[in-house]
Amino acid sequence: MVDRDPILEMRNVEKSFGAIPVLRKVNFTLRRGEVHALMGGNGAGKSTLMKILTGVYLKDSGSISIESRPVAIASPNDAKRAGIAMIFQEFSLVPTLTVAQNIFLNREPRKGSFFLNDRAARKMARAVLQDLGEDLDPDTPVSELSAGMMQMVEIAKALSQNAKILIMDEPTASLSEHETRTLFKIVRRLKAAGISIVYISHRMAEIFELCDRVTVLRDGEIKITQDCKNLTIPELVDHMLGSSSASAFAWQDRQIVFSDAPVLKVSNVCLPPRVRDVSFDVHPGEIVGLAGLMGSGRTEIAEAIFGRRAPTSGAIAIDGKPIARQRDAIAAGVALVPEDRRRMGLVLDHSVQSNIMLPNLDLFRRGAFVSDGNAADVVRKMIDRFQIKTDSPAKVSRLLSGGNQQKIVISKWLARKPRLLILDEPTIGVDIGAKGEITTQIRELAKAGTAILIISSELEELLAVSDRLLILHDGRIVQDIQRRDVQSEEELHHAVQGHLIDRTRHATAV
Amino acid sequence: MQSKAISLTERDMQRRFDIGQVLGFVQDHSVYFFFAAVIAFFAVTIGDNGFLSVTNFFNIARTTAMISIVAFAMTFVIASGELDLSVGSVCALSALTCGMAIEAGTGWFVAVILALLSGLVIGAVIAFFVTRIRIPSFLVTLGMLQLIRGVDMRVTYTNPVAIADKTFNSLFGSGKLYGIPSLIIWSVVFALIGHVVLKYTTFGRQVLATGGNRVAAEYSGVRTSNVKFCVFMISGVAAALAGLLYSGMMQTARFNYGEGLELSAIAAVILGGTSLFGGKASIIGTFAGALMIGTINNGLIIMGLDVSEQMIVAGAIIILAVAFARKPSH
Repeated sequence: MVDRDPILEMRNVEKSFGAIPVLRKVNFTLRRGEVHALMGGNGAGKSTLMKILTGVYLKDSGSISIESRPVAIASPNDAKRAGIAMIFQEFSLVPTLTVAQNIFLNREPRKGSFFLNDRAARKMARAVLQDLGEDLDPDTPVSELSAGMMQMVEIAKALSQNAKILIMDEPTASLSEHETRTLFKIVRRLKAAGISIVYISHRMAEIFELCDRVTVLRDGEIKITQDCKNLTIPELVDHMLGSSSASAFAWQDRQIVFSDAPVLKVSNVCLPPRVRDVSFDVHPGEIVGLAGLMGSGRTEIAEAIFGRRAPTSGAIAIDGKPIARQRDAIAAGVALVPEDRRRMGLVLDHSVQSNIMLPNLDLFRRGAFVSDGNAADVVRKMIDRFQIKTDSPAKVSRLLSGGNQQKIVISKWLARKPRLLILDEPTIGVDIGAKGEITTQIRELAKAGTAILIISSELEELLAVSDRLLILHDGRIVQDIQRRDVQSEEELHHAVQGHLIDRTRHATAV
Repeated sequence: MQSKAISLTERDMQRRFDIGQVLGFVQDHSVYFFFAAVIAFFAVTIGDNGFLSVTNFFNIARTTAMISIVAFAMTFVIASGELDLSVGSVCALSALTCGMAIEAGTGWFVAVILALLSGLVIGAVIAFFVTRIRIPSFLVTLGMLQLIRGVDMRVTYTNPVAIADKTFNSLFGSGKLYGIPSLIIWSVVFALIGHVVLKYTTFGRQVLATGGNRVAAEYSGVRTSNVKFCVFMISGVAAALAGLLYSGMMQTARFNYGEGLELSAIAAVILGGTSLFGGKASIIGTFAGALMIGTINNGLIIMGLDVSEQMIVAGAIIILAVAFARKPSH
């Protein structure tokens, strides 16, 4: 089949690292003005393919053509000249410089051959930003921008270099709901202007909302390339995992009535400026999902329960014992898997073993000494249980994939047999395989009696695991609802924006 | 088998096939290679001039004891992500405290306790400003370096204080045990203690975690402020001990003891493979780094270089060694 108006064609691209093939005869076509999702688990070959396209890696064989002309991409500069730009997951802007200075970094407009022409830079920057529909002052220092705005500047930078093909790698991972909406608007605008976009994401809902076609890579091979409208989420998951392991993502009504005394009791907690008056409890073995927009105070609530923030009023108790400090929380059996795992969850330059041991040093001590022997057994068990993919427990955790890093952060608390496990955005930047494994582990823990409070921006994830949902809006829990009373993701989506779920329909059932 | 291979990330695969690991090992342990090279160089050039003798090696180890002991504590400070520049003047303060106490008739034991206490108190003051007032340790200790040196000069009007106590001078200076100079025994004992504490105790792990990623350590329940507090007190006491060793060796206390000691100690720590940014540290490496600095100084003296030339060459060698030991940043 010949594609209509392809802007980019990659034919039979192959790449091996040493003896291990990572891409095998990959054919990838991007049409002009399309948004093309590229999906696959970690190690599937997505990023290798994109690194070949952006000149970071050299392909072993195959050909690349742009607008039907063969091109050789041997360096990032070649890629730039060919009109290919990557919007980085971790932004590559200089925070101390202004928006305009960043957009024209190292190719500043000049007056004569020596002096910078700041006025021209500002004018050109403003023009590019306006094309994107953003009215952003080019003199603003980048450090004052939100993550969404920084991304805008990245995109503006790429466009000002006449990029025709944009590669976006997990662009919504650090964006709020509102910023995500803005980004989607911009992507659609770019598309209308004839820019072609390769969109890498683990989030199914986004793919189906935004993308025209989707390509799935697995084990270095293209599994399918298809129009999104001809696919369903379960089909897509099957293609990515290669088998019917979609069960991890389907909700099952556990039919349990949680009547034991609650593990966690939050009463009238205020955490200015966002959290006004929040009360709820979580029972042993229960999985409670906390749904709310980014910035609605979800993380603040999690940190207060973990004793890292003191409420201005109200009380938090674990098994009836009040929590004032983090020490109390840990002693009472609270574990927190924080939002930003690289910054708060891991010592990246330390080994898998050291990271798993860190919260448990007191469990592995003999007098003042650490018993590495005892710890090694526990660490081994955790690596097996979570299927953490690492050569050895001594491997530096920075070298592991996002999913495997997250498994370390969760497993490091389990040696303490927590009473309550709080997970704040546990699957951000985690590939689909690891996501399924983490979900399964959460269910196992609940089955064994651990109370679980899970926070996520991905509503489908909350719907997949929760027994009960708390809907946080405007600093209050506006609804405390059984999962079985929520019919669809749309309903929940509206609820977090302040429109309550109508449960009268189910009144007879309860 | 295949699926396992595929599941590795690309970065793993690349690592597996390049010589990076070998190079990494050499870099991690570069201090030993450098040290060996330094010894070999001097052995060839000045081996006959007394460099290659047991007496000379004892001499090197003896005169390096103060740098070593301060550097062991500095390893903990740097591993926790901080820096202590005050050690030089704290060392002189301790020497003077001890000297003046003995002069006042307290007896050597009380004098030693008072001297160590002076280091402990200054360490605690520094720790207070760093952890509670949240001023970077670089600034606090830079100020403290100056301040304490001023105190040292003021209390003695820059005059030396002679120490006549024989027990003290033998214990902390010229004494020997089974023919081994006491200064060497002090430094070996503290190297062992430091190594064990850093590697095998919960405190050591907490220091490394604090320096590796303070936020993550906090979230894992490590009380990083307490860890830093301890680390500065250890550094203060170690500097005070170094001051006692200087006084014992010279049988005198002087206000100018330990000038430049902070730089030698930091150089020894970094040469030994400890990361300047914290989180990764080796006491044995530090010991090798300190001995290497001592050996360079000793060799250059035997070669007949004057003080100015020694400083130029030693400084250049340290820069080269650190440049080689430094790992490319991520």
